[in-house]
Amino acid sequence: MKGYEFTLSGAPLVALGSGALWWPEQSLLVVSDLHLGKSERIARRGGASLPPYDTRDTLNRLAADLALSHARTVVCLGDSFDDLAASEALPEEERHWILRLQAGRRWVWIEGNHDPGPVEFSGSHLAELPLSPLIFRHIAQARACGEISGHYHPKATVQARGRSITRPAFLIDSNRIILPAYGTYTGGLRAQTPVLGDLMRAEAIAVLTGPVPTAIPMPR
Amino acid sequence: MGAGPPAQQCYLGSMRKLPQPFQNWLTKKGWSIHPHQLEMLDRAEAPALLLIAPTGGGKTLSGFLPTLIDLAATPHKGMHTLYISPLKALAADIKRNLTTPVEEMGLDIRIEERTGDTAATLRKRQRADPPHIFLTTPESLALLVSYEDAPRMFAGLKRVVIDEIHALAESKRGDQMMLALARLHAICPDLKRVGLSATVEDPAAIAHLMARHPDPCEILLADPGPAPDIAMLHTAEAPPWSGNGAAYAIPAVLEQIKAHTTTLIFHNTRAQAEIFFHKLWLANDESLPIGIHHGSLDRTQRARVEGAMVRGELRAIVCTGSLDLGIDWGDVDLVIQIGAPKNVKRLIQRIGRANHRYNAPSKALLVPANRFEVVECVAALDAARAGELDGDPRSTGPRDVLCQHILITACAGPFDADALFAEITSAGAYSTLSRVDFDACLDFCATGGYALRAYDRWQRLIQTPGGMWQLRDPRSARNIRMNIGTIQDTDTLKVRMKRNRGGRPLGEIEEGFAATLTPGDTFLIGGQIVKYEGLREMTVEVSRDSAKKPRVATFMGTKFATSTQLSARVQHMFMQSSWPELPDHTAHWLTLQSERSQLPRSGHLLIESFQHDGRSQTVIYGFAGRNAQQTLGLLLTKRMEDLGLGPLGFVATDYATLIWSLDSVTDPAPLLDPDALRGGMQTWLAGNAVMKRSFRASATIAGLIERNTPQARKSGRQATFSSDILYDTLTKYDPDHLMLDITREEALRGLVDFGRIEEMLLRTQGRIDHLTLPRVTPLAAPMFLEMGRVPVKGAAEERLLAEESRRLMEYSGLAQITPAPSDTPRWRVGPCPPLAAARVLFQTCPDEGI
Repeated sequence: MKGYEFTLSGAPLVALGSGALWWPEQSLLVVSDLHLGKSERIARRGGASLPPYDTRDTLNRLAADLALSHARTVVCLGDSFDDLAASEALPEEERHWILRLQAGRRWVWIEGNHDPGPVEFSGSHLAELPLSPLIFRHIAQARACGEISGHYHPKATVQARGRSITRPAFLIDSNRIILPAYGTYTGGLRAQTPVLGDLMRAEAIAVLTGPVPTAIPMPR
Repeated sequence: MGAGPPAQQCYLGSMRKLPQPFQNWLTKKGWSIHPHQLEMLDRAEAPALLLIAPTGGGKTLSGFLPTLIDLAATPHKGMHTLYISPLKALAADIKRNLTTPVEEMGLDIRIEERTGDTAATLRKRQRADPPHIFLTTPESLALLVSYEDAPRMFAGLKRVVIDEIHALAESKRGDQMMLALARLHAICPDLKRVGLSATVEDPAAIAHLMARHPDPCEILLADPGPAPDIAMLHTAEAPPWSGNGAAYAIPAVLEQIKAHTTTLIFHNTRAQAEIFFHKLWLANDESLPIGIHHGSLDRTQRARVEGAMVRGELRAIVCTGSLDLGIDWGDVDLVIQIGAPKNVKRLIQRIGRANHRYNAPSKALLVPANRFEVVECVAALDAARAGELDGDPRSTGPRDVLCQHILITACAGPFDADALFAEITSAGAYSTLSRVDFDACLDFCATGGYALRAYDRWQRLIQTPGGMWQLRDPRSARNIRMNIGTIQDTDTLKVRMKRNRGGRPLGEIEEGFAATLTPGDTFLIGGQIVKYEGLREMTVEVSRDSAKKPRVATFMGTKFATSTQLSARVQHMFMQSSWPELPDHTAHWLTLQSERSQLPRSGHLLIESFQHDGRSQTVIYGFAGRNAQQTLGLLLTKRMEDLGLGPLGFVATDYATLIWSLDSVTDPAPLLDPDALRGGMQTWLAGNAVMKRSFRASATIAGLIERNTPQARKSGRQATFSSDILYDTLTKYDPDHLMLDITREEALRGLVDFGRIEEMLLRTQGRIDHLTLPRVTPLAAPMFLEMGRVPVKGAAEERLLAEESRRLMEYSGLAQITPAPSDTPRWRVGPCPPLAAARVLFQTCPDEGI
């Protein structure tokens, strides 16, 4: 898998341009904040009827990453569903699609604040997953190390020759990685936001997603 | 209010028609009445009546006289007359001006305004107990129409007066207003419509939009008054080649301010007004009282300037379009226009601000900001003298506004589709709307209109067993009401002085500009230099600063296109061999252009290439008008992308397109191949920035994107994911969706104009004058300060990103400690290093709502 290569707590990892994280030694693919069923939830609550194609678009991209990586394990870092009702309301076609993606591999659903309970899909449902030397959870904890989390949807901006380029980004330092959101209908939180600045060490980098994942010093 | 001294046009025969109290009042004031004001009175019973009168012609009194007379004679319960103006400030001004005669004549008439600024308690009372004369804006009217009690509030309404209708007729705000009037007409079938307009080219077009279709609309043309006195300002120093600040003219402008009582100094953009005011203030040795007024300043700041102006305390006001419309303020005797007036009609209306007396000629001075604009100013003066007004005809009513109107109607209660269709087609702009198009819009509002019928359970509108349409969830009315309106503002952030408990508000800046600020940066706002301190709860906090060279905040604001008529005059001037009508410096500048490069020749297409700003620049002088030049920019950058030239962006004016790229254009002929361009035209629409911009605007108006939600308002968070994602998703999965169809129509309406590109290609027949030059040419120089630059997202972006990433990583030293793609782990961490001051501040997901 081509991407931005680095190590965390001794584990060599690859940040992929799609926003997924790849751990080759374990054949493990990590994605965060899929927010499946988001358009349905917004409509249900009396909001706008957004194009109802977000779930299939997210699954399309996930299927592409799985086809390339042949991952044996998939970890979804929480907020996989926009809420628990959305996980139940997925159309039959999309449910089957998820089942097909799950076939023949280990699948871990980490709970997030949007989906704080077991969903009716197969796989393990965990609050967090320790897998030495790393630990997977939804929201970063201040004193953790070797931690892989999501939740914040980080994005970063580069100014180059008068052009401003903003993309979802991985935040990486020697203690942790915060993954960008993988779901189609997800926005971002600027890397400059104090909560992210406080979590990440001074020498943290941001790896912008896109055709070629690109590292910059984390914007402060 | 317009009837006033000097009393030269006194028609005694008609004066008899005025009831005694009115005649006495006028006599006491020593005022007379204009003939068209009386004629408006004669025709008060016409179902629709349009008055065309120059600024200062007493339009407003013409509109209200029949109301005042009727109310003086017959007591009326509830609302009698609804007045709609495009500006909040105008409504406030009219209220002030109407209250005086009403009080002096002792009439029992209640006059109230309602705008976005009106207090909530008063709004509530107005709905329960409406005033006789109700002054409002199109957006507030649309909101009122969305309430269930609208029929009660507007019951008995006899007249509606639409002020400055020429300004509304050209925009979606006007379309929305007319749809709201169609609603009111259904409530009050005898409603009379009165439109008040400044001088326009085609009164019949406005009449068609204004009247209830197919009612006729009478048009009354007032005496246009004496011709204005317009000239170019003479300065000791010649204007620069490039730049749009007109700093060179500051001493001459100051002299003019001293020589006049009150001077209005108009600018085309808010940023230009800020810079000019700043420089004017630095040069203002005598400390003349001078103010600044534009739409991005805080309301209290604007009100202060307005108040000072009314009291005659200011000698000059630096302003933008926010003062454009017929507000009657003080004794203005000179109007200065900085920068070329982009169309002649606007110039005439601005000039009308001076000498607000009907019989005296208005006095105005034009100050071109650069030499290109000298040519434009001379052309505009010629056109104004020739009485040539420009204007672009409008096509049928836009469907995004229609969608919003359907939602507004649903908020007011269940509706019948047939009745609503009949009502909507009674608005002039929608008189040709087909039932198929209407049904598609209704389906979009109800279900989202997707090929995938996903929302059967969660439809926004549902049909009752009786066939009426209504909101599924009554709570969604609140969301819909929060998003009423058609004005497309960029996202802005409020700016405040930093204080412990929140300092004085100064105004707003664009969110995109705020994102480029780092603490310590300085910028101009409201004429003062401030230093960026930080962002707190979506408010930009600043402190005072004495920096010499502030950056300039970017403001949203309309960018006016030069009219085609004006640009044709300019093109003609370039083709001349000498320029006796131009000042020497500008003739010299054109001569220099012919020496360093060449002037555009008839039947040839001039293209210049040079390096500037670390990029390759190419200018194509097509003289095809802004829309076509913009389209040309889109097509050419796409061709350049295919050829690997790394285009980064472009900007278009009425005369030329400037493209910047990583690699230079050596042979433009293949780029301009007509077949390739036509082929590109078929495919370009899908993926470009202009389409995405149109989509964002239309999707917001049509209610697909809700900019304001109760949740967002509570948390202070902005809309979280970009409309580009919705656009891309629809293009990929539902390319025939209504919203994309509307987007294409809107983009084609405003931006494409491929016909004029064809015309240009036909005119030049492949005769391209391509010059590769060592530096920026005189003619190209002004292009570099044009606004409205369009970025091109392509391979160049990846190249730039890689370049900047290398630079940043080297610079920060992180390149040494982070592993470059290699398999040697460098962050082999033993015990966890301590994390200083790490706190998790909030636990909610940053991605609530859209």
